Amino acid sequence: MDPTVKPKVDLADAFVIEAPALADWLIVAPLVIGFVFAAICLMTRKDTGRQPAIALTGLALILLSVVGLFVHVLANGTVIMAMGRWLPPFGIAFVADTLGATLALVSGIVGLAAGLYALREIDNTEMRYGFYPFLLMMLAGVICAFVTGDIFNLYVWFEVLLLGSFGLLILGSRREQLDGATKYAFLNLVATTLFLIAVAYLYGLFGTLNMADIARKAAVMDDVGPRLTIAALFFFAFAIKAAAFPLSFWLPASYHTPRLSVGAVFAGLLTKVGVYALLRILLTLFPADRDDLAFAIAVVAAASMVLGALGALAQTDMRRLLGYLVISGIGVMLAGLALGSATGLSGAAFYTAHSMVVMTALYLLVGVVGAAAGTFDLHRAGGLYASMPWLAVIALVLALSASGLPPFSGLWPKIFLVKASIDVGAWWLAGAILLSGFVTTIALVRLFAYAFWRPAHADARAPDPATVPVVAVGYPVLAGLCALTAIAGVHPEPFIQVSDRIAFELMNPGGYIEAVYGAPPAVADVPAEGDMQ
Amino acid sequence: METAVAVLTGLYFAVSIYLMLSRHIIRILLGAVTLSTGANLSFFAMGRITREVPPIIPGDLYLPVEGAANALPQALVLTAIVIAFSLFAFLLVLVMRSYQELGTDDTHAMRDAEPEGAPLPPMGY
Repeated sequence: MDPTVKPKVDLADAFVIEAPALADWLIVAPLVIGFVFAAICLMTRKDTGRQPAIALTGLALILLSVVGLFVHVLANGTVIMAMGRWLPPFGIAFVADTLGATLALVSGIVGLAAGLYALREIDNTEMRYGFYPFLLMMLAGVICAFVTGDIFNLYVWFEVLLLGSFGLLILGSRREQLDGATKYAFLNLVATTLFLIAVAYLYGLFGTLNMADIARKAAVMDDVGPRLTIAALFFFAFAIKAAAFPLSFWLPASYHTPRLSVGAVFAGLLTKVGVYALLRILLTLFPADRDDLAFAIAVVAAASMVLGALGALAQTDMRRLLGYLVISGIGVMLAGLALGSATGLSGAAFYTAHSMVVMTALYLLVGVVGAAAGTFDLHRAGGLYASMPWLAVIALVLALSASGLPPFSGLWPKIFLVKASIDVGAWWLAGAILLSGFVTTIALVRLFAYAFWRPAHADARAPDPATVPVVAVGYPVLAGLCALTAIAGVHPEPFIQVSDRIAFELMNPGGYIEAVYGAPPAVADVPAEGDMQ
Repeated sequence: METAVAVLTGLYFAVSIYLMLSRHIIRILLGAVTLSTGANLSFFAMGRITREVPPIIPGDLYLPVEGAANALPQALVLTAIVIAFSLFAFLLVLVMRSYQELGTDDTHAMRDAEPEGAPLPPMGY
């Protein structure tokens, strides 16, 4: 039997009686739109002429719905919807707080950008084998993972996005894809199984799966041993998912093998779901155990960011270089989790959103560069500044932004994280953040110098840029993503307000619990920078 | 009863770790399947194992009778089995395809995505 004795339940207390407000439906809209359009794309998969239009309509509608959700959450506080009318903790609840809504919004942007780019990149065979259904399902899975308020449901969404990503990864079945997909699939399967084992122990300990209910019960539980074990198991499982350093080797083995639009959406979304799960579980559910694990997380974070950047420095293939940069960025996000202060978490949240946009853009950029230069090899690329000056501008913007240099969006979160590290005396963590930024700068500016700055090789048979199909669609997509990072860089105030609010909500899980348990929606006050230590 | 299932789960985990440490991908696959079976068993044990009292609430009561089976972990395990089975089916095909294509099931020899002896990046401008 359940260890917690429940009192007699009045049915009116167990059911949602009033219909939810119309705007609250936005929380399930990405799921419905994603699955419906994936099904339509699956039925019309032989009709390669019409399928892109259908899929892009779906992606655009998902983006619209997550924009709506984000605005709704910003205005009215945490949004909750209980499935099957069962009130928490009985039914599965979808809960969108500011963190979930923000990451869902950025996922919508990333999904649409990759879908647009894929218009000219994937061929008809890949489309017939289901590129767009996989993309839509994966995007729906990612967004639902960000908004679910039930830990077993989170496991299910992890599996949904994992299956979608398997499909995208092996599309085309080239030799290196099969090799990369084998390693990716096994390590991710082991990670989700470990996650499931942790959920099992958690259920055995607390007798509930609702995150708010777990948070409530964990806060009053004195027995540190089992709780810390579960938190450590979650950390291990999600560190594999997020590709944190000693568990990261599946990522550079696989992300460069599929199409660049697939690599872009993977780099933008998948590892960040792992980071999100870590933030949610270690801050909302087990804040006390995060304090115990903080030093281990900090070491993992520092190792990931420095070794990831060094790995990027050692690559000749531009796509593999980016794989290592993803790992480096994960380290920066985990540094915020390790610090756990308001400044650190605000920086981590800002950096996560920044990294989703910029890593996606970098993959798409390398796609255009590779297509225009005819190679992904740094030894042989060259001369693109002469033939495509605007692409050179975009490349420089993205290189500076990913390295954390002004005036782009990578700068502010890194300042926050360095300041938060120095605040607690963790000078080595601050040093690691700065060092990884420095090495990333070298790696990316070297890419710029070789691929763009130097003259083309005499024997190079680079195609005329005008004939490369991805160029036409690559420019507007990349320009849009660059505009985002530039706006967040030169006018960061609204973005910092949102990330401060995320940090506030993460540090005060009481608001989350209150929102789930039906108290009037609490709009978190946004405290001014620096006064909530 | 929980103790017996816990010991069995531990055995499953031990076998799966032993298998997954192998270089040969078919053994890793069997290890992954054993691991997910172990996970399912531990989920089952975590719901506390009881006997022969179905989780049906009698008409005149609001709560299940004392000692009734816990239906929730069974539902969760069922979900997990379906997911693990579909992933196993996918992995089986993937392993077979990569064995056909790469000609090896030794993970040390699978170096197509990350070739050995790749050249260093250019050292000078």
